[in-house]
Amino acid sequence: MNPESLSYIFLSAFLINNFVLAMFLGLCPFVGVSAKRDTAFNMSLATTFVMFVSSTCAYGINQVLTSFDLEFLRLISYIALIASSVQLVEMVLKKFSPALFRALGIFLPLITTNCAILGVALFQTSREYDFFQSVTFSLGAGAGFGLAIVLMAGLREKLELSNLPNITQAAALSMMLAGILSLTFMGFAGLGGATA
Amino acid sequence: MTQTTKKETPLTLDVFTAGLWKENPVFVMMLGLCPVLAVTNSVLNSLAMGIASIFVLVCSNALVSALRNFIPKQVRITTYIIIIATFVTLVDYIIQAVSLDLYNKLGAFIQLIVVNCLILGRAEAYASKNSFTKSVVSAFGMGLGFTLALVMLGGVRELLGAGQLLGYQIFSTNFEPWVVMILPPGGFIVLGSWLLLINYLEQRKTGKLISQDEASHCAVQGTPS
Repeated sequence: MNPESLSYIFLSAFLINNFVLAMFLGLCPFVGVSAKRDTAFNMSLATTFVMFVSSTCAYGINQVLTSFDLEFLRLISYIALIASSVQLVEMVLKKFSPALFRALGIFLPLITTNCAILGVALFQTSREYDFFQSVTFSLGAGAGFGLAIVLMAGLREKLELSNLPNITQAAALSMMLAGILSLTFMGFAGLGGATA
Repeated sequence: MTQTTKKETPLTLDVFTAGLWKENPVFVMMLGLCPVLAVTNSVLNSLAMGIASIFVLVCSNALVSALRNFIPKQVRITTYIIIIATFVTLVDYIIQAVSLDLYNKLGAFIQLIVVNCLILGRAEAYASKNSFTKSVVSAFGMGLGFTLALVMLGGVRELLGAGQLLGYQIFSTNFEPWVVMILPPGGFIVLGSWLLLINYLEQRKTGKLISQDEASHCAVQGTPS
């Protein structure tokens, strides 16, 4: 499959180079918000949405910055952009869907410091994706993040019922689980006919 | 000023050493995990990342602490992020100038220092409440602790994954490298193992666990809303 094609970009961000398990982006919510499946799912929805908005705007901003030779401002503008799009999402949700806002409320500020969002913007810039490729990339990354965090939450819900030694509590076991998940995802390498 | 001076405790060695081990940002507070796992496939990368983080951490905390009485409460998070982003841009260009090879290896993760929750977390939790000197000392301790953790991970991963340390062959050529250790799963597994070991030692010493406070990390409370 052509590595530039939209379907490959989506698959690559979703499975082959999964954002969380292969590129280590967005680990904080992955460890922090994966205790329950519902909240994990809501978190991934909110993240995907912010990713989509910020990646679309980042594309435009990058065009403007490049045309004025202001690349050194890229990082600062991206981070300001993400902070403001999180605010935007917060306001839109509050107005149109108070129920969803209550469900996501506490996670929204967290998203600002989620490196997966900035990662999407930076990677799409360094790989020189065009507009549609950027949008596809952000959706794939969001879906990949969602998949990883929901899988993790499912595993951790099961773990609550099992009898574990003391020392494996909290983060240590989560890391081990993530390692095994990550090994599993390595099996997707080569999907689509191109190596990562 | 009145608020901050009241709580001020004198500068002790504790401020510096807390970050090194007792409140180690990686092993105890679980902050800034993304770079911890992403760049630790060799000791050299870990060291470079650690030094870059120390620089950003110390400079941004110094500036935040110096400006703490001038930054309005409502926009403080945004201000902190912009301060941090400025220093990260500096580091980004410095590394590019010093060693392009290293820059290519670390890739986007240098720029991603901006969203390292350790730096924002310290700015919010410590530098915004403490004096300039104390903030700088504490940030330096935290940064060293962070680097220590990175090197501990990078060392194990490079040794097992390539049989080398800092590029020198340690094991004989008969050693079959565990390639998985330098691949992504190795990062998770090595960090998990370190945590298990530390938990075990702590439990034997004091009879109780370090409480790795999940979910609280990265949660910078009270963004302007």
